[in-house]
Amino acid sequence: MTLGIALFEGFWPLLGIKLLAVVMVMLGFALVIIYAELKVMAHMQARIGPYFAGGRWGWAQPLADALKFLQKEDLVPREADALVFRLAPAVSLMATVAVFVVIPFSPSLIARDLDLGVFYALAIASVGTIGVLMAGWASANKYSLMGGLRAAAQLIAYELPLVLAVAAVVVQAGTMSMMGIVEAQGTSALYTIPGTGIALPFIMVGQVVAFVVFMIAALAELSRIPFDLPIAESELVFGYLTEYSGIRFTMFFLAEYAGMFALSAIAATLFLGGWYFPGLDPAIFGPFVLMGKVSLLVFVMIWVRVTWPRMRADQLQSIAWRWLVPIALANLLVTATFKVVF
Amino acid sequence: MPAVPGLLKGMWVTLRTMLRRPVTVNYPLEKEVLQPRARGVIALDVGNCTVCMLCARECPDWCIYIEGHKEEQPPAKPGGRVRTRATLDRFAIDYALCMYCGICVEVCPFDALYWSPAHEYSEQSISEMLHEKERLGEWLATVPEPPPLET
Amino acid sequence: MIGFDPRVAMHHADTQVSVELQTQDMTLNLGPQHPSTHGVLRLVARVSGERVESVEPVIGYMHRGYEKLAEVRTYPQITALVNRIDWVSGFANEIAFVTAAERLMGLEVPERAQYIRLILTEMTRISSHLLFLSSFPLELGAATPLMFALRDRERILDLIEGVTGGRFHPNFNRLGGVKPAAGGGSTQKGVSQDLPRGFLEETRRAVTHVYRVCDEIDTLITGNEIFHERTRGIGIIPAEKALEYGVSGPNLRASGVRFDLRKVEDYLPYHRFEWQVPAGTVGDCFDRYLVRMEELRQSASIIEQAVDSIPAGPLQAKVPRVIKVPPGEVYVRAENPKGEMGYHLISGGGRIPYRLKIRSASFSNLSILPWLLRDALVPDIIAILGSLDFVLGDVDR
Repeated sequence: MTLGIALFEGFWPLLGIKLLAVVMVMLGFALVIIYAELKVMAHMQARIGPYFAGGRWGWAQPLADALKFLQKEDLVPREADALVFRLAPAVSLMATVAVFVVIPFSPSLIARDLDLGVFYALAIASVGTIGVLMAGWASANKYSLMGGLRAAAQLIAYELPLVLAVAAVVVQAGTMSMMGIVEAQGTSALYTIPGTGIALPFIMVGQVVAFVVFMIAALAELSRIPFDLPIAESELVFGYLTEYSGIRFTMFFLAEYAGMFALSAIAATLFLGGWYFPGLDPAIFGPFVLMGKVSLLVFVMIWVRVTWPRMRADQLQSIAWRWLVPIALANLLVTATFKVVF
Repeated sequence: MPAVPGLLKGMWVTLRTMLRRPVTVNYPLEKEVLQPRARGVIALDVGNCTVCMLCARECPDWCIYIEGHKEEQPPAKPGGRVRTRATLDRFAIDYALCMYCGICVEVCPFDALYWSPAHEYSEQSISEMLHEKERLGEWLATVPEPPPLET
Repeated sequence: MIGFDPRVAMHHADTQVSVELQTQDMTLNLGPQHPSTHGVLRLVARVSGERVESVEPVIGYMHRGYEKLAEVRTYPQITALVNRIDWVSGFANEIAFVTAAERLMGLEVPERAQYIRLILTEMTRISSHLLFLSSFPLELGAATPLMFALRDRERILDLIEGVTGGRFHPNFNRLGGVKPAAGGGSTQKGVSQDLPRGFLEETRRAVTHVYRVCDEIDTLITGNEIFHERTRGIGIIPAEKALEYGVSGPNLRASGVRFDLRKVEDYLPYHRFEWQVPAGTVGDCFDRYLVRMEELRQSASIIEQAVDSIPAGPLQAKVPRVIKVPPGEVYVRAENPKGEMGYHLISGGGRIPYRLKIRSASFSNLSILPWLLRDALVPDIIAILGSLDFVLGDVDR
């Protein structure tokens, strides 16, 4: 009995359990998103998608894929820089999984409500860029190198619109803590429709532009179509992922989908109101409301992937620097003005 | 920023397709029904074959292997000359080489070869793709009636 | 220590990359196995950063020796082989060849056979252009037109199969017309290979589906701004250069030269129908895409008109059982979906031609690549290759 209590109260066991929970939940969500993408993409193309793995709905397809990758040969090219090659997928995956720590599922359910929640989330998500660079460099392969450099250029270019869009929200909410931002939308008197008691999420009180900029930048950060030049399959074989197989490839793959979840969760929290929904008790329904909003955003990301072709590297950069950054700066200016004046 | 509408109109097309039934024929649970003239496999009617070797000669790939021998038959009238009749020993089509062009079926003067739409006969090893005359005779059951024509 | 192996040394030299970051003057080898080179095409590109300095296409990986084969095969056998040159448009490859042999023999093809040939050729053109519409956006990253175009291509292929028995390799042309009967024996001789019942109705329905999928892909792709950015102004072929290099087909028409062999030559009765030859203005990838889209619609309209006015009659002119073509020499060119396909047939009398020279469309279309790609960006290589719509079987024969 005392051992049991000691297990749950000791620092290290508790930390271990929390880490395990974070990793399991994020990877679980990643698998669900992979399945959703396969099915949604299939139906949008008038086909069925996974069917046989798991009986008629094919829900076991991502699991089957993961198991297949696990039993593949672990190939490290002879000329590759072995240590960097091995660490790269881990860095990428760690970066996206760690965002989970600050996502508020309900007023009492958050792994750690950091005061610098937003700052932490964006910073740790951009550590993934280093993983991409490491992968491209260490593969000792011309294709991978070109892919890695293109990826790095793209990711760095889109960091700025991402951060500027979020900065406007931070200014409006007045706090960087994720929980604080949700509370600013849910329970603040300033943004409530008078008489009805319904609070409006930030997207409806002037942050539409920031939301659009954030979503575009998020697509670019994740290397999704229309910005998936780094892994453009039909162009340079597989870009920086060419030499990766087996479990390492799986880690990059999971990192992309976990990243989709992470950035959608950040967007849902900052712009759509997080766990708040008028009329529903946040303590019980909070996580479901957040999941619903995240699912909507993930659906839009998949929808865009299915419909649009991809952009060329210079067009991508030109959109980031010539359009998104000025628009995000203007938005920040307007938000700050409103905040001070009103 | 380039104008947005073109991008969004395309999104509507994909959403609309998602809400409709998929067009997939879920093989192997559902099978596609092929047209009667579809060239799937060649069937042999052994009774009609006179070992004239026309099909083996005209095949562009030389994938038909025919062996036969001449048998003596009693004369038509007593005292006449001995007749010979060609008998088929072996008739094999190598489907690993066959081009499915149909020239053999077309040139056969005796209605011994027929087309059939049956196509599910893949094997694990190439040597099993050589169908001997017994197997070719089995395919006869799958030969469909010729389709009615446009008047 | 193993002996000196030059390949290992070259590999070491290649991986100098890990020592110095060298992105100037890199030799990039695309292919022969590459998802978007339409077959086994190898492009040795000297690249500096993202810009291509020079490109050298290496072909021949798919050479199957058609012209040598034609020296040892009879005319019916060659007809069966020839629809594998450009395997996407099977029927269209046979047309010029049988027309060449018919001209040498002086055969008159009956009306109904001509109409059937025309309908099947236009269906093959639709099938080839639908394949273009599915693969070109896929190379640019859009995965959906692939499925939409192939879904409706299946209807067309099923129609072709209903008449001829084969989807890609119909082998339906015979000298003097189309295949008249199922076989040579007494029963099979009576089984006419004429159009099966329901063919005309199914064709009309398939044509409406073709129009619909053209509109769908129009909405998805033609209006899409990202697509415009990827294809407008890329890979411009001026009209004089196109004529100089022997580019033909939709590529030539996109450069502004309104030249279509179906209007110029008379191997099939195209002049009986109302249809236009689409042409572009600039000659970039976008124009080539638009020209093919419009050609699809025109082909569908030709099929509609042909199906409404098909005459009755025999399927083949009277030919002897064993075909011997009198001595002579003829060059016949036809409008293959990829471009101009020509057959130079030299016959010395007899069952086997003396020489068959095949002028394939994709070979000449590909010859413009070194000039076209000299200042392109690496992602544009893919867009340009896709828009030229060549097939390696056609290039290498």
